[in-house]
Amino acid sequence: MNFQGKDVISIKDFSKKEINYVLNYAKKMMPYAKGEKNTDLLNGKILSTLFFEPSTRTRLSFESAMNRLGGRVIGFADPSGTSQKKGESLADTIRMANAYSDAIVIRHPQEGAARLAAEFADIPVLNAGDGAGHHPTQCLLDLFTILTEKKRIEKNKVVLLGDLKYGRTVHSLAYALAFYGADLIFVSPSILKMPKEVVEECSELSGEPVQTSNLEKAIKEADVLYVTRIQRERFPDAEEYNRVVGLYRIDNELLENAKDDLIIMHPLPRVTEIDPEVDKTKHAVYFKQAFNGVPVRMALLSLVLGEKL
Amino acid sequence: MKKKELKIPRIKDGTVIDHITPGNAIKVLHILGIPHSSSAVVSVAMNVRSKMGKKDIVKVENRELDRHEVDKIALISPKATINIIRDYEVAKKHRVELPDEIIGIVKCSNPTCISNSKEPVKSRFKVISKDPPRIKCYYCEREPEDISERII
Repeated sequence: MNFQGKDVISIKDFSKKEINYVLNYAKKMMPYAKGEKNTDLLNGKILSTLFFEPSTRTRLSFESAMNRLGGRVIGFADPSGTSQKKGESLADTIRMANAYSDAIVIRHPQEGAARLAAEFADIPVLNAGDGAGHHPTQCLLDLFTILTEKKRIEKNKVVLLGDLKYGRTVHSLAYALAFYGADLIFVSPSILKMPKEVVEECSELSGEPVQTSNLEKAIKEADVLYVTRIQRERFPDAEEYNRVVGLYRIDNELLENAKDDLIIMHPLPRVTEIDPEVDKTKHAVYFKQAFNGVPVRMALLSLVLGEKL
Repeated sequence: MKKKELKIPRIKDGTVIDHITPGNAIKVLHILGIPHSSSAVVSVAMNVRSKMGKKDIVKVENRELDRHEVDKIALISPKATINIIRDYEVAKKHRVELPDEIIGIVKCSNPTCISNSKEPVKSRFKVISKDPPRIKCYYCEREPEDISERII
């Protein structure tokens, strides 16, 4: 399978075969991602990381991935020191990065920015989040985490919890999970329900997802609980936010009724939705999930740059 | 009995765009770039009564409009028909059909879509349904609810 030169803009650009290939290849990257083995696979290659919006995990794990493969990284984590502040278009910034490097990672506050970047770059562009749009590498690392923890993606009962309306990661993830034939349960406050289009798309792929606001009931049968942060800025008043946030707090008491092998995932950062006491339980895989960003992004960088292990 | 009178006289040569959704004739002209793209005589009739209710009509004299160009008007008038007139007779007739992609005609309804920023790109939409017309932004994948409101 040849990925050389391919852009990674949306998970929907990938076939199931291609996703499986990336996930299996990411497993091979594990010892290198952990630093147990070394490689110079991408020696001489330069990655541009253009972060027009703040990021901790995505940026650091992309940089770690490139460094672990022996490549180098240039870029910025804050656009305030760049020509963008002088009014430069994204297209021009991309033309520069295209001239200075071999691949581009971009995070941008506007939807469609990565798709536009790909139009102006000859080198591969990897979308690290475009506004409320896509975040395909997060989606791949989520799938990778489910695959490595549960040994398969299909036939798992996956509860997606929290802000399902605005959450960037949950829309792509719901689509991808449905694509694999997982059973989906959407749990959210009624004002943050999964958009109709996403529900329809999932229904076509793997049957109609269950939509509920009852977490206690949903958690009893779940194999995977995927928690997302409810964002304060989505609420017009603080009281309403506090009421909704309090509704879904994962703690050990709630987990008493859960399956023994339930895994809890979260794209992080978390605020109050998962009590720190849960971190010590066998259910918590969110830090492992964050680490998985490294092998998955190593796999993608290696593939799009056409240098395979 | 009084003879039926035509609102716009017949044309000798040119193009008649018939069965335009009532009220959309001006937008049709806009999509076609008329009058900027041509100095042809253009007649417009709006809210004309017909067997199928009201409709708008546009007649462009001495110019045969290119089919691919005219097909774009299916965005706002999916039932419109194009009649090529030669010597007062209909030489060719077809119903408009949306192309697979719409470039530079519709503005994305998402204010934070990159195509609404000062970038050197034209708006670009994939056609996901031809009748009723449904389009999706190539960049942000948002679907405008009311296409006619978003014509640039």
